[in-house]
Amino acid sequence: MAEPARLTREDVAHVAALARLHLSEEELDLFTGQLAQVLDHAADVASLDLAGVPPTAHAMAVTNVLRPDEPAPCLDRDEVLAQAPSVEDHRFRVPRILGEAP
Amino acid sequence: MSAPRPALETATMVRAGEERAADILEHHLAVIDAGEESVHAFNLVLADSARAQAHAVDAKVAAGEDPGPLAGVPVALKDNLCTRGVPTTCSSRILDGWRPPYDATVVTRLAEAGAVVIGKTNMDEFAMGSSTETSAFGTTRNPHDTTRVPGGSSGGSAAAVAAGFAPLALGSDTGGSIRQPAALCGVVGMKPTYGTVSRYGLVAFASSLDQIGPFAHTVADAALLFDVIGGHDPLDSTSLHRPTPRVLSVLDDGVDGMTVGVLTEFLDGAAPDVVARVRQAADALAGAGARVEEVSVPEVTLGLSAYYLIAPGEASSNLARYDGVRYGLRVDAEDTVAMNTATRSEGFGAEVKRRIMLGTYVLSAGYMDAYYNQALKVRTKIIEGFAAAYGRVDVLLGPTAPTTAFAIGAKVDDPLTMYLSDVCTIPSNLAGHPAISVPFGPGDDGLPVGVQLLGPALSEGTLFQVAAAVEAAAPDLPAPRLTTGAPS
Repeated sequence: MAEPARLTREDVAHVAALARLHLSEEELDLFTGQLAQVLDHAADVASLDLAGVPPTAHAMAVTNVLRPDEPAPCLDRDEVLAQAPSVEDHRFRVPRILGEAP
Repeated sequence: MSAPRPALETATMVRAGEERAADILEHHLAVIDAGEESVHAFNLVLADSARAQAHAVDAKVAAGEDPGPLAGVPVALKDNLCTRGVPTTCSSRILDGWRPPYDATVVTRLAEAGAVVIGKTNMDEFAMGSSTETSAFGTTRNPHDTTRVPGGSSGGSAAAVAAGFAPLALGSDTGGSIRQPAALCGVVGMKPTYGTVSRYGLVAFASSLDQIGPFAHTVADAALLFDVIGGHDPLDSTSLHRPTPRVLSVLDDGVDGMTVGVLTEFLDGAAPDVVARVRQAADALAGAGARVEEVSVPEVTLGLSAYYLIAPGEASSNLARYDGVRYGLRVDAEDTVAMNTATRSEGFGAEVKRRIMLGTYVLSAGYMDAYYNQALKVRTKIIEGFAAAYGRVDVLLGPTAPTTAFAIGAKVDDPLTMYLSDVCTIPSNLAGHPAISVPFGPGDDGLPVGVQLLGPALSEGTLFQVAAAVEAAAPDLPAPRLTTGAPS
């Protein structure tokens, strides 16, 4: 398999946005170098010919795990909501979610 | 510092009414008082709730009831194990103020066994690190030399046991996070077969690799703790439906007739004094009746690269839940996406950000085949390589870490060098196999060396049996030089 192109500063900025992280200019420089170094090390894996080898996502084979469909206590709602930064009417409260105010 | 009394002996005395759990706890709290300032093993010492637990154990004994196999034994918990109503931070600012609404299954099992939870231990942030230096709350120091790291990510748990703060501790091991700090701190640490110990209530890092396991001074104490925490749990869908091996009962069975393979790839990058200790352990096993041969598993050399594609991939997905909505830190902003971003940027430290970005990158369109999917195929190759070896030998032997404990600050600015600390431990996680680190004397610098035993899935019985034989032959290790004064 061909090796992918080397990681750029623009790649890191794009990935940070996908991951909902804001990076300073210094962090962008630092992380670009460090992440490229790790990916360079991973070139030994990326360049192997592994056609026909099945992937392993999970070492111990488990298939659909089911349990009896019986009612049982769940977490206490008030105890759970007490952990939230902001709550209204027994719901998690967040700032507006759309780009424009209503 | 005198040798700590084994947990097995303590529990026996408490169950027999010959010693009070309350007195045992006070002894350990006094040791913590004297030494914690120079070690910083704990994020939180739970003196009050531990006293209540100890009194409950003593009350049971007084009433003629059996509190269980860990009666009155203090246990330290890595701070990524959920404790109901008690802060659980993962050593991250993003979980600031969070009190879990439930206990991890292992915490419930400890309580049912009569254990006393003495505190929550420091760790690398979200278990991402090999030195405990990525903690948001300051680094833990190695009790054998407080200028050195304790290893990581479960460095607080390893240091707590080494310093005599608790006879037992729990950690989690995703790429070596129990075994490597155990080696660097001179204690026993074990990663079980994937699925033998419930992950319910373990804050997820890389779900297909994470396992909870024991730290102890002795192989027998680690076996005692593994027997308590292991076994099927319906609350963890990856929990195995097969019987979990019982290990305490087989410890004395010896190694006569077993075949031990010295894993040559693990010796290649290790320091000469570490290699010498591994050779010495191999000779000791041969002397105890095992057949010893050299074994090559070339696939393990690909483990490090595969791990640093797979684990960050899983982490980037798992850590998406820290969005400032349901628990922990929120940094306010004008809309929700900006709030998510501000919260995560302020709440996560540099190493966690690096791994989230690495994981996001290797899972993104255009790169997933080259990196992540390729790493999953390497995982298959590693499992096949181990399977071939285990066709010839019962267990594999090698170093746990390539060197003894390194200096605080030596590697923290160089991620790739830090990652190399885990080169001997990662393959077992990728394969889902159990492995155990046993202290085997000091290296040339006087600091602890750990030797590692690896086995196939569900071979815990055999592993503990061989570990007991290694322990019996281990050269003496100087006691930690920890004092309340300046670093030694």
